Amino acid sequence: MTVNIGQAKQTQTPAARSTSVFDRLIGGEFQQLPVFLSLVLIWIVFEILNNSFLTSRNLSNLVLQMAEYGLLGVGETLILLLGEIDLSIAAVSAIGGAILAVLAGNGVNPYVAIIAGALSGTVLGLFQGFWVTVLRVPSFIVTLAGSLAFLGLLFVLIGQEGTVPIMNNTINAIAGNYLPDWLSWVLVAVALLLMVWAAVRDRAKRQKLGLPPKSAASTWTKLILSAAVMIGATVLLNAYQGVPIAGLVLIVFVVLLAWICQSTAFGRHIYAVGGNAEAARRAGINVKGVRIMVFTLAGTMAAIGGIVGASRLGAASTASGGSDLLMDSIAAAVIGGTSLFGGYGSVWNALLGALVIGSIENGMALLNAPTSTKYLVEGAILLLAVTFDTFTRMRRKQLGR
Amino acid sequence: MATEVKTQPVLEVRHLRKRFGAVQALDGVSFSVHAGEIVALVGDNGAGKSTTIKMIAGVEQPDEGEIVFEGQAVRLTSPAVAEKLGIQTVYQDLALCDNLDIVSNLFLGRELRRSVIPGLVRVIDRNEMERRAIPVLNELGIRLPPLHTQVASLSGGQRQTVAVARSVLWGSKLVMLDEPTAALGVVQQRAVLELIQRLAASGRAVLVISHNMSDVFKIANRIVVLRLGRTVATFEREQVTPEQVVAAITGASAQEEVTS
Repeated sequence: MTVNIGQAKQTQTPAARSTSVFDRLIGGEFQQLPVFLSLVLIWIVFEILNNSFLTSRNLSNLVLQMAEYGLLGVGETLILLLGEIDLSIAAVSAIGGAILAVLAGNGVNPYVAIIAGALSGTVLGLFQGFWVTVLRVPSFIVTLAGSLAFLGLLFVLIGQEGTVPIMNNTINAIAGNYLPDWLSWVLVAVALLLMVWAAVRDRAKRQKLGLPPKSAASTWTKLILSAAVMIGATVLLNAYQGVPIAGLVLIVFVVLLAWICQSTAFGRHIYAVGGNAEAARRAGINVKGVRIMVFTLAGTMAAIGGIVGASRLGAASTASGGSDLLMDSIAAAVIGGTSLFGGYGSVWNALLGALVIGSIENGMALLNAPTSTKYLVEGAILLLAVTFDTFTRMRRKQLGR
Repeated sequence: MATEVKTQPVLEVRHLRKRFGAVQALDGVSFSVHAGEIVALVGDNGAGKSTTIKMIAGVEQPDEGEIVFEGQAVRLTSPAVAEKLGIQTVYQDLALCDNLDIVSNLFLGRELRRSVIPGLVRVIDRNEMERRAIPVLNELGIRLPPLHTQVASLSGGQRQTVAVARSVLWGSKLVMLDEPTAALGVVQQRAVLELIQRLAASGRAVLVISHNMSDVFKIANRIVVLRLGRTVATFEREQVTPEQVVAAITGASAQEEVTS
């Protein structure tokens, strides 16, 4: 079906070559495959080493552990898509948690406190985005300075005691409660129906417009895989106490942001700016607006992650927002396959990356492995992920020219 | 000396001058382009070709002189203003996003959208974008891989084609191409040149910057020579040899034919 301009002889050009498996991996069609396979491998290894790894109870635990840096990783992914970096997300998350705890401690309505906590991240993200975009200070420096300053702010908010406990049941339920089984099944059913409906509608529409149909095999594979993962996860989690609310929060935001990235003009502009900012500018895209908006979103996601974290801890603490959380979040985004050079990656990958990181931490803890081993393994996996990114980037360049 | 005197030119620039600090980049550039005509803008490095194109594209503003588009003197204060008039530029570095697919690049910055929740949520309508792109591609005889193919995996010629197709898709009256065949293979060069000819045949005015004299002689109706920021000659293609053009470019020629 591929016809190049000019002669038929031309089919030896890169476009024709790009059907090799490796090139399809980096071409985006099976973007998630490498990290998905690594995740399966990691799970098999840990299950062999300790057969309580793949139990409902432990996986439920894993979901709770990863929810916070999953949410942060999702925000970081957006930043990485621009080719920027945000080193302040852990500090912003701590601020979000602290504002939540302080407000709730003063008797503010818990929902108001949650919204205020999240909005604090919005404000900090907006501020940093302005600094990076309008004043053109490199994001590395702005957010490094931000992370220090926000930790200072954290001490002001929390005060001398070092922690502010959260007594409110609504807030503690985020990371302490589970969905009733029936509700989780209703949600799964609704999600699957929506996906099937969207796929069928899209096919019908393409047929009506006389466009070549998309590969049915790939559409159905995607649907069946999603169904298997959703149903499998729900069965497993319901066998223990149910789907943790924190897990639901994570999934909802992943789906929301993945949808924004994929289906809205703003989302496509994030990719355009990350891929070729000059081209985006010449095409009339408001590049500065996109940048500021992404930093704002990442700040908001960080604060939401901080709220989940504070709920899990039952307190806001000056020890929150440390470098572990930052590293785990960035690692989640990068291991998921989002390129540090901008333009390539997806929010879904961050979820998978967070699962990888979470599984390693969880599995190592089950094995009573020393911290040294944990760090070494995590470091090695991160290095492998970035190396893979570098290679695929070079390969893309070769393909292109 | 226009080919057809009866029509008014789509674009006419008169006595453009521009100074960047100590450098007089343009020092009197004048020429015109008619609908259906391919004009080649040639000159040595630093002769002012790119600066001229940037002024017509609205990227830079001239210090002096005027730009007349469809009979109206216009002030092109930004690329958006120029595009609105129907001036499209295909830059040398292509200005495509490698990480996006063909259809996203064709509609970059002008995505078609449909409402999901009226007045609140609008999503990109990829199917509609593909539907609108196909007739334009067919009209120009452009054949590309499936439109959801990532631009990173296209050849140089195909990328150039995507860039040209984008300019056509947006209702251009004047298309400017900066070194459209640089860095292309022989077969791809020919394909792009044919595409440029079809562009002109479809009634658009085309202005091409090129270093490649054989390209210029293959496609141009007229050849405008810049040297040191000024128009030194305008030739009808049939009445000139490549040697004469080169002589004008390098300043070796005595027979300068200055036109307005």
